[in-house]
Amino acid sequence: MSQVTKFAARDPGPAARMAGFMAHLRSNGLQLGVGEAKAGLEALTHTQAANPKEARHALRAVFSGCAEDAERFDDLFNAFWLNGGRVSEKTMPTTTTGSDSVHTSRNAKGGEAASGAGAPTTPDGGEDEAETDGEGKLVSSVIRSLTKKDLRDLVLPEDIAEAEKIARRLGAALRDRRSRRRKQARKGDQIHFRKLIRKSLSTGGEPLHLPMKHRPDRPLKIVTLCDVSGSMTVYARVFLSFIAGMMRSDEAADAYLFHTRLVRIADALRDKDALRALGRMSVLADGFGGGSRIGASLMQFSKTYARRFVDGRTVVLILSDGYDTDAPELLGDALANLKKRGCKIIWLNPLKGWDGYEPVARGMAAALPHLDLFRPANKLADLAALEPELVRL
Amino acid sequence: MNWNALQTALADEGYVANDDLAMAVHLAMALGRPLLLEGAAGVGKTDLARVLSTVQDTQLIRLQCYEGLDAAQAIYEWNYQRQLLSIRAAAEHGETGRVVEERIFSEEFLLERPLLKAIRQDTPPVLLIDEIDKADEEFEAYLMEILSEFQVTIPELGTIKATSRPIVILTANGTRDLSDALRRRCLYAHISYPDRTTELAILTARCPEVDAALASQIIGFVQSLRKEDLEKKPGIAEMLDFAAALVGLGIADLTRDPVVLQASLATLLKTQTDRDNITTEIAQRLAGKAA
Repeated sequence: MSQVTKFAARDPGPAARMAGFMAHLRSNGLQLGVGEAKAGLEALTHTQAANPKEARHALRAVFSGCAEDAERFDDLFNAFWLNGGRVSEKTMPTTTTGSDSVHTSRNAKGGEAASGAGAPTTPDGGEDEAETDGEGKLVSSVIRSLTKKDLRDLVLPEDIAEAEKIARRLGAALRDRRSRRRKQARKGDQIHFRKLIRKSLSTGGEPLHLPMKHRPDRPLKIVTLCDVSGSMTVYARVFLSFIAGMMRSDEAADAYLFHTRLVRIADALRDKDALRALGRMSVLADGFGGGSRIGASLMQFSKTYARRFVDGRTVVLILSDGYDTDAPELLGDALANLKKRGCKIIWLNPLKGWDGYEPVARGMAAALPHLDLFRPANKLADLAALEPELVRL
Repeated sequence: MNWNALQTALADEGYVANDDLAMAVHLAMALGRPLLLEGAAGVGKTDLARVLSTVQDTQLIRLQCYEGLDAAQAIYEWNYQRQLLSIRAAAEHGETGRVVEERIFSEEFLLERPLLKAIRQDTPPVLLIDEIDKADEEFEAYLMEILSEFQVTIPELGTIKATSRPIVILTANGTRDLSDALRRRCLYAHISYPDRTTELAILTARCPEVDAALASQIIGFVQSLRKEDLEKKPGIAEMLDFAAALVGLGIADLTRDPVVLQASLATLLKTQTDRDNITTEIAQRLAGKAA
C-alpha cells in the first residue's frame, strides 16, 4: 500500500500536486483556505518533502484543526499520495468542490450529523431504505419508524414566526448572573481604578468621584433536545416550530432531536429559508414518530456533544413526555452526567398539563432529582408563559 | 535543528514525543506559528512546554486560563496604587498636569502580565497558554490579535511590538469548543494516551529506578485500567505517581499483595465512583493479566 502515486507526465509539478491535494482535502470536508496552502508548502520546505512519512506528519500538523480531522488525515493522505502505484489521471479534480454551506458542519461531530450536513436539501429519495430495513430484524417498541414524515406538513411558517418571537423573549429572560468579567457602570461593586486615576489627575490626585464597575449579565446558551417519538407526535408541531424559531432568533442556540437515536439539527435549521430548513431536518429526523430511547439518547448526548457544547453558561431544555423504553436508571445517570457540566436542566413535559398528572412514568421519576425546572408545555402559549420562571432561574 | 534532532533532544530531557508531535513542534518553531495541543487530561500537554523551554534553554512563561480571565490579568495593568501616590507627591511639588500624566503612564508604572512579558523578551521564550478552552470566547478573540500580530496596543503608551516571537503552545481538553478562527491560526497536534512501548519508554526515562519487570507490569496494568469504564482515566502523570508509590513501598510484583495494590490505586483513580468500580478482584485480575 505504501506505493507512491504515479502522476501523469503532463502534470505541471509539485506545487500543482499540492493544490490538487488541497482540493482533495476540501472535497472531503476539511476547512482549508489559501493561508493553509501557503503554510503547508512552507512547512514542506522545512522537512524532507520527498519522504512520505515526514510529509505526512508535517501536513497533518498544518491541515488538521481538530481530533477528527487528524484521525481522518491518514486515509486522505494515503488516498492521494500513496495510491498503490496507480497512475493519477489528473492532479486537479475537475469537479468544483461542495457548496459553502458546509462551513459550519465541522462542529457537527458524529456520523449522523456529519452525513446530514452534507446531505442534499430535498427531504425525499430514500424509499429503498424501507426495504433494506425490513430484513427480519427483531422489532419491539424500540422499532424505528419506517414511514418518513415530512415535517413541512407539520409546521407552518406562521408558527415559526410566532415561535421566533417567543424564543427571543425566553432567550432574553435567561441571563447568566455570575459573570466574572466586570464592566464600567454607574453603580457597581468595585472601583474602576483605571478610570479613577484618569479622573483624579485633574484634581491633584484627589479621587473625588469614584467610578465603579459591575458584573454584567451575560446571555445563556440554550440547547434544546426534542423527543420526536411516536407518543410525542401530536406535540411535534408546537415543539418543532419552537425550535426552528429559537434557532433563527439566537445565534448560539443548539438543537437535537431524538427518538431511538440522537440527531443534531442545529446546522440544518440555520438554513436561511425556513421551509428548506425543515426539509433538511426531515432528512435528519429519519425515524420520526418511532419508539423512544430517552436514556440512551441523553447518555449519548452527554458523552459526545455535551462535552463540546455544554458548559456552565448553558441551559439544556428537554422536550419530552418521559415515556422511555430504556431502564430509568440510564436516564438518571445521563442527566447526572449532564449536570456535571455545570448546566441548568429544564424539562418541559406536555403531559404535565393534564389534570391529575403525576410523574409516574418511571423514567420521569428518575429524572426529577436532576432537574432545575419541570413544567408543562404543549402549546406555544405555555412556552411563552415560562418567561417569569426563567428569569428566576 | 531538524525534527529528528528535536525529538532526540526532548527525549534526553525525559519527554518521549511521537513523530507526529515532534514534527508539529518543529514546524511551530520553524514557521513561527502557535501550536494547539489537544488531548485528555494527563497526557503531557503542559509538560511539553516545560521540556521544550529546557531544550531551547529559554524562559517558560505560563498563562493559566480560567473563566473570566481578562486583559488586566493576561496582558498588562497599571500600578494604580503607585500612580495615585505619585500624583499626590507631584501635587505637593507643584508639578503641572502634563508632566505628571507623562510620568504616571510610563513603563515604570506598567505591570507586565504573561502575554506582554512574553513578547518583550530578548530571547524567544516558550509561551504556554494553558487550558485555553476554560477562558471565554471574548478572551479567545483578544488572544487571536496578539498571536497574529505579536503586538499589544496600550492606549496611553502606544503600540508595543514584539522584540522576539515567542514559541506559543496552547492546550485544550474540550471544556468548550474552540472557535474555527483560532484553530486556523494554529498548527494542531492531538496527543492521545501513549501505546505500550511509548509509555514504557516514558516510565524508564522518568523513573529509571523501577526495574524492567515491574515497569512492564505497571504499564500493562495502567493500559488495561484505561480500557475499563472509568469517569476519569489515569494519565501519564498518574502512571508515574503510581510507579513512584510502588517503588516507595518497595513492591517488586503487583500480584503479590492485593491490599497494598488497592491502597496504591489512590494515585491512579481520582473519583469515588472509580475507586468503587475497581474492586480488589478487578485490580487483581488486571494485575494478573499484566504480569
